[in-house]
Amino acid sequence: MSISRRTLLKLAGLTVLGVTAEKYASAHAGSTTAKVLAKAVSAGKRLTNNNVQQKVRLAMVVDLRKCVSEQGCTKCIDACNQAHNIPDFGDSKDAIKWIWEEPYENAFLDQENFYMRDEFKNKMVPVFCNNCDEPPCVEVCPTQATFKRDDGIVMMDWHRCIGCRYCMAACPYGSRSFNWRDPRPFIKNINPDYPTRMKGVVEKCTWCDERVDQGLLPLCVEACPEKAMAFGNLNDPDSDVRQLLKDNFSVRRKPGLGTSPEIYYLV
Amino acid sequence: MHDSGKIIVGLVIFVGLFTAPFWYDLSSSEALETPNPVLPAKPDQKECVANLEFMRRNHMALLDQWRTEVVRDGMTYFKSASGKEFEMRYTKTCLGCHPNTSQFCDQCHNYVGINPYCWDCHNKPELGGVQLDTAQILNPKSETLSERLAPPRASSSSNIDRDRFKSRSSNRPSSGSGAF
Amino acid sequence: MIEHAFRGSRKYWSWLLFLALVILAGFYFYMRQFIYGLGVTGMSRNVSWGLYIAQFTFIVGVAASAVMVVLPYYLHDYKAFGKITILGEFLAISSVIMCMLFVFVDLGQPFRVLNIFLYPTFHSLMFWDVVALSGYLVLNVIITRVTLEAERNSISPPKWIRPVIIISIPWAISIHTVTAFLFAGLAGRPFWLTAVLAPRFLASAFSAGPALLLLLCLLLKKLTRFDAGEEAIKKLGLIITYAMCVNVFLILMEFFTTFYSHIPEDAAHLQYLYFGLDGKAKLVPWMWASAALAIISLAVLLVPRARRDHRTLILACTAVFLSIWIDKGLGLVITGFIPSPFGKVIQYWPTIPESMIALGIWAIGVLLITIFYKMALSIRREVEA
Repeated sequence: MSISRRTLLKLAGLTVLGVTAEKYASAHAGSTTAKVLAKAVSAGKRLTNNNVQQKVRLAMVVDLRKCVSEQGCTKCIDACNQAHNIPDFGDSKDAIKWIWEEPYENAFLDQENFYMRDEFKNKMVPVFCNNCDEPPCVEVCPTQATFKRDDGIVMMDWHRCIGCRYCMAACPYGSRSFNWRDPRPFIKNINPDYPTRMKGVVEKCTWCDERVDQGLLPLCVEACPEKAMAFGNLNDPDSDVRQLLKDNFSVRRKPGLGTSPEIYYLV
Repeated sequence: MHDSGKIIVGLVIFVGLFTAPFWYDLSSSEALETPNPVLPAKPDQKECVANLEFMRRNHMALLDQWRTEVVRDGMTYFKSASGKEFEMRYTKTCLGCHPNTSQFCDQCHNYVGINPYCWDCHNKPELGGVQLDTAQILNPKSETLSERLAPPRASSSSNIDRDRFKSRSSNRPSSGSGAF
Repeated sequence: MIEHAFRGSRKYWSWLLFLALVILAGFYFYMRQFIYGLGVTGMSRNVSWGLYIAQFTFIVGVAASAVMVVLPYYLHDYKAFGKITILGEFLAISSVIMCMLFVFVDLGQPFRVLNIFLYPTFHSLMFWDVVALSGYLVLNVIITRVTLEAERNSISPPKWIRPVIIISIPWAISIHTVTAFLFAGLAGRPFWLTAVLAPRFLASAFSAGPALLLLLCLLLKKLTRFDAGEEAIKKLGLIITYAMCVNVFLILMEFFTTFYSHIPEDAAHLQYLYFGLDGKAKLVPWMWASAALAIISLAVLLVPRARRDHRTLILACTAVFLSIWIDKGLGLVITGFIPSPFGKVIQYWPTIPESMIALGIWAIGVLLITIFYKMALSIRREVEA
């Protein structure tokens, strides 16, 4: 194993910097979404080459007025759970959650308001990792097992995580889960294309980084029957997310903590 | 010499423990099988990402580097020494040619008595599992899944303004029979 | 030097055997945790740190408290602490090892622990805490080794050891400050987000640590011919009194800021800890016990006559130690997570395997202290003879 990177490259070949997204986009010809996202993603990656001025900052918009979670719809959650091999422990202490629902008043603790719109009183809000622009979890992680990608996605490196759970203490949104035990026996249908996790590591939503790399939208965005979610580059004034934020009033969870959460909820 | 008895007994115990694996091996009836990895049966893919000699010695380092570069550095393609490009995805590129881990990986790993923890998380292709592509996840056909993902209500949601997402939704890749 | 640890009375050996059995039991439960995962503990998605990290926090304080005997002796040449300085340093070594074990058993992937050094991350306080603790361990091992060796040969220790000892003084402060920063820098946990946390950690450390040292000195006097000297005991008692006053004062500061400003998210934690929240109050009796013990200890310590009487002094020191053990080794860490970021009260209580593992680590600490003290006192007796 004691082979230097340089030797390895010399012997075996070369790795190529992020061109996948564009390749995928051309494979998915006709899909403008894919192309736009692909451009955004590869631009974000080319940033490492210092030849791109505009930095990509991916963000998500959730339109709570469209979301029908109060009617029992859990399609975004189910799609995510299935695709990412989320075990089902019930709501026990071992629970793993990537995207789930919380009552409005719990999701927005600091927006306490007794006299809010009736329809929001019992509203269930889909919550997941905010992929913060100033992520406290990344700041505290002692091994850089969790880190921020150039496009803003806060990633998990499950090969490196030592399971100290400092990130869980640091996350103000309760977005992180720990594998208190082997999750495999609790996954009903394993999706062979996505790894399961081993016991003792922390996991969370990564906005479907594996799909974003292919120029695809996160699965929850695609799964929503009400089209209540949008995803795109915040630094691109023409992107879906920017258009939505321009025309609508939006709130974020605990913005006062300075973490700069990148999920915007339209109310 | 003081305590020579104790020292000799101690030495004998030490030597005995130290050579225990050899004694265990001699007494074990299990014959050691020569590894016989089954090589690719795919006619269209004749070339590995690197030559045989290199892969035999360094596949673990290569996998480790690929992993780091894909997960952390946003690199996705690998150009081999012969100039061919490979996607750095073990499911597609590696397991595409070597789909049976027990006939390939395990052959040598068992021989040298190591047990890498790859399969604690990654899925052995020969075990199958429910093969799902995205379309199936979004638009499930299997019974258990469609039960779980059943539409919440009968009426269509046409009254909800969709114009806001027009540009995106009209360009959305088709995801099956349109259960939404 | 170590040979002294292998010569002892039947009582000494049966004590070691007893500790070994407790350690073995702890190890058995650790193996169960290792195989099953940290799910054997009471920790959950919401309360993701529990007894292990809480005990770690408390014991870092004990380790740091050695400075309370080292500083007067080496910096101010306070001769009365001459006999107990080495005991303080050995207590620090044992404590730091316990701290490291508590962090280790808390890891989900213990085999990867060296990733902390493989990918050093300077913006993570966990990294700095590991550096501070390791450095403190190395410093104290060198100091005890060199000074004890010199004492055995009846010579004065080499000159170069003095700067090492001087460095160990701020280093001791740093280990507990960095441990406080581990908590106090998290924007999302208002219970810990207080500038007074590090001072509070130090005050509680400088009362609980010396209280333990004082109890150990009196125990040694009873079991062996070792006598720390009345002067040293008196001074230790005074140090404990001052530190405990500051500690209680700082806790009351938290009460004022939290409840007078009554920002709901901040107040909820202290509310849960002392009064219960949403009808859930698992820690309430413990915290009031801690408060009662603190009051009892101060009632004794603040009366000079009671402080001089060994019987009441023992009572006061035990009360100080237990009070802070509950406050820091149970309440402080757990309550940071209750209520959760969603305002939900999900309680935590350690399980039996978890408690047994913690007990095992405590037994390792006590075993180390026993062996170290045996060594130190045997050498001293040898020199005197």
